Amino acid sequence: MSVRNLAILAALAAGVVLLAFVPSVTNGYQLSLAINIMSYTVLATAWTLFSGPTRYVSLATVAFFGIGAYTVAVLGEELAWPLVLLIAFVIGFGLSLLVGLSTLRLSGVYFVIFTFGLAELVRQLVTWYEVNVTRTLGRYVFVDITTAQIYWQLLALAVIVLLSGWLIQRSKLGLALRVIGDDEAVARHVGINTTMAKVVLFAFSASFMTLAGAIMAPRWTYIDPAIAFNPVVSFQVLIMALLGGVHRLYGPIFGVIPLVMLFEILLAKFPNHFSILVGIAFLLIVYAIPRGIVGLIEGAQLSLSRKGAKA
Amino acid sequence: MSAPLLSISGLTRRFGGLVAVDGVALEVRPGEIVGLLGPNGSGKTTVLNLISGALKSDAGSIRLRGRPLEKLPAFKIAREGVARTFQLVRVLGSMTCKENVIAGLAFGAKSRWGKEADLAAQELLARVGLAERADVMTSELTYIDQKRLELARALAMQPELLLLDEWLAGLNPTELQVGIELIHSLRAEGRTILMVEHVMDAIRSLCDRCYVMNAGKKIADGTPKDVLADPEVIRAYLGDADA
Repeated sequence: MSVRNLAILAALAAGVVLLAFVPSVTNGYQLSLAINIMSYTVLATAWTLFSGPTRYVSLATVAFFGIGAYTVAVLGEELAWPLVLLIAFVIGFGLSLLVGLSTLRLSGVYFVIFTFGLAELVRQLVTWYEVNVTRTLGRYVFVDITTAQIYWQLLALAVIVLLSGWLIQRSKLGLALRVIGDDEAVARHVGINTTMAKVVLFAFSASFMTLAGAIMAPRWTYIDPAIAFNPVVSFQVLIMALLGGVHRLYGPIFGVIPLVMLFEILLAKFPNHFSILVGIAFLLIVYAIPRGIVGLIEGAQLSLSRKGAKA
Repeated sequence: MSAPLLSISGLTRRFGGLVAVDGVALEVRPGEIVGLLGPNGSGKTTVLNLISGALKSDAGSIRLRGRPLEKLPAFKIAREGVARTFQLVRVLGSMTCKENVIAGLAFGAKSRWGKEADLAAQELLARVGLAERADVMTSELTYIDQKRLELARALAMQPELLLLDEWLAGLNPTELQVGIELIHSLRAEGRTILMVEHVMDAIRSLCDRCYVMNAGKKIADGTPKDVLADPEVIRAYLGDADA
């Protein structure tokens, strides 16, 4: 490992340690904002893990997030917390394998629509089950977990997601996904098992989302399908990732922070016009900065260095 | 005569009512360069697509060293030792030239990765005349350089059989000379090639044998000189003398 890489690694580790102290220096409102940022960081980075290189746009984020939350709502009081998280991860992984195997033959807009439909389907199924079997629509989440603990768990998960993303990028699987994103026919003809590569990564990405949902569940105390499977979450994750930039693993973070702030302000000041304002934000981002903030910065750096070379 | 590397028989593929490939049989022996000719729409590219697994056949058999390929998915056929270039050149647009070649090195039967792949990629780029362009994005390449890169990616897979789909098409006369020489140098390495081609100069100077197709059927085979003199081949290309 070069000196430069070591320095970067040390700086990142120091950053994580600093972030771990956030709960002790913030008030309740600030901490809840930090939790939101952390939760969306996990979701948007996990989304980018799969959708960034392959360019398969998924709107199923909230399906997995909600399944995580429901795992906690059902099992949270029965089992030890680490076991609940493990079960959430396993459920997320299994379900996403199933979904991946049946859908990743689709591409383009068909995949987008399918994933959106999937999230709605899961929501309707859970609603149906609650209404017809348990006969109560909502559930209470009583788990003995503090807000600070939620924050720390999300921070740890964010580190795990970024670390696995970094490892995947350097692996053959990472290259395979980039080849698939560029040209799937070429990918098959250089010997890549495209279905396998896509399904494996989709499953990892989805399991991280499920874990995020499980960790976030105690924040709510009360959940019902409309809260846990709110489709707006899927769209927000998508906008955040696009605003940050999906061609770099760390890109989404640059989208998460400003947008969580923005949504917070919009929700406080214009609660009745929230959806329409989010929609406008979405349009502006896609139209004005298609390569995201990271893309803008890299573009500026490139033109600067070109000017430097000419001078 | 050595056993054939590739042997195809009764190969058939329909698109709706159109029989694009109709009971085609052909053989390629190790070390040969075989041409696949025919007027536009005669089914040549479809034959290549069937061999490489881009399309599935409706009937017939395709064997490489006696092992059946016709039921395998494309990625497994690639790992069996078949590499190809595409009629409309296909390079990976978001990557550098070197990464394109590494994509060919990493996933084959003799997979290479890391430092080893880096070195091999650099060698292959030099082999096709792109040594200076390793870190250039493919989007900045000229047309012939994209074709070179596609060839390097195919060679990276160390294929037993290389399929070239009009690899020389669209090159200007100078580039064409360079291209023909490049394929010549592949022959010197003992590579086995099946090429779809329209450029007659290239066919004459490169191919040991040719197959000619028309309307999905094989209408002639033999040395380039013989098939190009065959009355039926001339009729397929130019129509009847009294037409």
